[in-house]
Amino acid sequence: MNDLLDLMRQFHILEAFWMTIKISLLGMLGALVLGTVVAVMRVSPIGVFQLFAKAYVSLCVNLPLTLVVFFAFFAMFLLLGIHLAPPGSRNSTEAFLWGVVAIAVYHSGFVAEAIRSGINTVPLGQAEAARAIGLTFGQTLTSVVLPQALRGAISPLGTTANSLVKNTTVLATIGVAEASYQMANMIEFRSDALYAIFFIMAAGFVILTLPLNVFFTRLSTKLAVTR
Amino acid sequence: MAQLQDKPSIPQHHGATAEPIVELKKVNKSFGDKQVLFDIDLTVRSGEVVVILGPSGSGKSTLCRTINRLEAINSGEIRVGGQLLPEEGKALAQLRAEVGMVFQSFNLFAHKSALENVTLGPIKVRGMSKTQAEEKGMALLRRVGVEDQAHKLPAQLSGGQQQRVAIARALAMDPKVLLFDEPTSALDPEMVNEVLDVMNDLVKAGMTMIVVTHEMGFARHAADRVVFMSDGHIVEENDPDSFFDHPRTERAKDFLSKLLTH
Repeated sequence: MNDLLDLMRQFHILEAFWMTIKISLLGMLGALVLGTVVAVMRVSPIGVFQLFAKAYVSLCVNLPLTLVVFFAFFAMFLLLGIHLAPPGSRNSTEAFLWGVVAIAVYHSGFVAEAIRSGINTVPLGQAEAARAIGLTFGQTLTSVVLPQALRGAISPLGTTANSLVKNTTVLATIGVAEASYQMANMIEFRSDALYAIFFIMAAGFVILTLPLNVFFTRLSTKLAVTR
Repeated sequence: MAQLQDKPSIPQHHGATAEPIVELKKVNKSFGDKQVLFDIDLTVRSGEVVVILGPSGSGKSTLCRTINRLEAINSGEIRVGGQLLPEEGKALAQLRAEVGMVFQSFNLFAHKSALENVTLGPIKVRGMSKTQAEEKGMALLRRVGVEDQAHKLPAQLSGGQQQRVAIARALAMDPKVLLFDEPTSALDPEMVNEVLDVMNDLVKAGMTMIVVTHEMGFARHAADRVVFMSDGHIVEENDPDSFFDHPRTERAKDFLSKLLTH
């Protein structure tokens, strides 16, 4: 117990978890937007879009996240010098922003697949009826297909959100001071309190992910489309 | 036969001079290697009610679906209101708005209430205000007898109620022609009549209709013309009394004899 209090005092644990939360929320938002766009491209009648979406999803699903994160930070930022933060910002800010981009892009592939599987649960007749009253492709998607598809996709989206929170730990590799970065610090300086360190980390992540799971389960039962 | 007398005669609509609403010329359609429509010629004039009959797999549903291009055709031409069916995009969507369609499986938007189903088209396609569209929607739901179900989801309605909402949804676009693709085939027997009643009311109101159905009673008393299809061809085309009493082709005789013996 003393170890726990000591650690809380010595290290910026809450700040670190706050960083994890920020990355998670921004990452989810980005992944949801990107993933929806890619899923729409995947089901669009235009061949080039379909092909692009297929390739994009395969890349996201098959590359390790660490690779995507390194590519974003080292290649895009350090090598190509593309800045996301205002000029004069510290490298840690750039690492944070590029890290969020990497997390969003990586998980958008999974989101796209979840939404596509949701779209597949919407009977073809729904889109036909929408087209029959004169809705355009875009209107059919936004008014009829996607609202039903998202409801069907909630469970897999929940799984992806859960992974995303845990995957933010990869950003420690580019020096983003999130929870696992702080854990590495603690292990280095307080190797005498290993049990306490692991307990804090485990508890912290459970506190983040458990409500998320409950939320998504509730949502999926509440919004289930009755046919 | 009483229904025959009920039907108002609208001579200017039924004569050969009435404006053609739907014209099909030499329409061919294949699914892969299998050709399902062969050189179909069909003209439906304003105010006409054409019933398409035929055994399963004769291509009658496909024919119905080509008219608003839910199925693309391989060759030939289809005109609606004199205008050639556009290939894709906005122009096609606009033309589809003029062609109402009622499906066998209703296809009501599952996440929207009955009223929202009816108002979606007028709001999104016609740019009508929400209040205006709801007023019109309620009037249409009243017309088909389901106004007290307006705020229920499709899953909470019976099949017959769903199909009547679907008819209201099609009517909300003020279509030039209504297509019915086996509208009563998925219904429990006791609900067939409530849908046929609505369709009969539309006939009386002078709506131009193309109806694919197995309801011979409806075909006999409501149709101006019966089109009999078999194996992707239009085999016979006649007024209902002549068709049912004196079919000219063996194929039609065979079809009708099977109906009578069951």
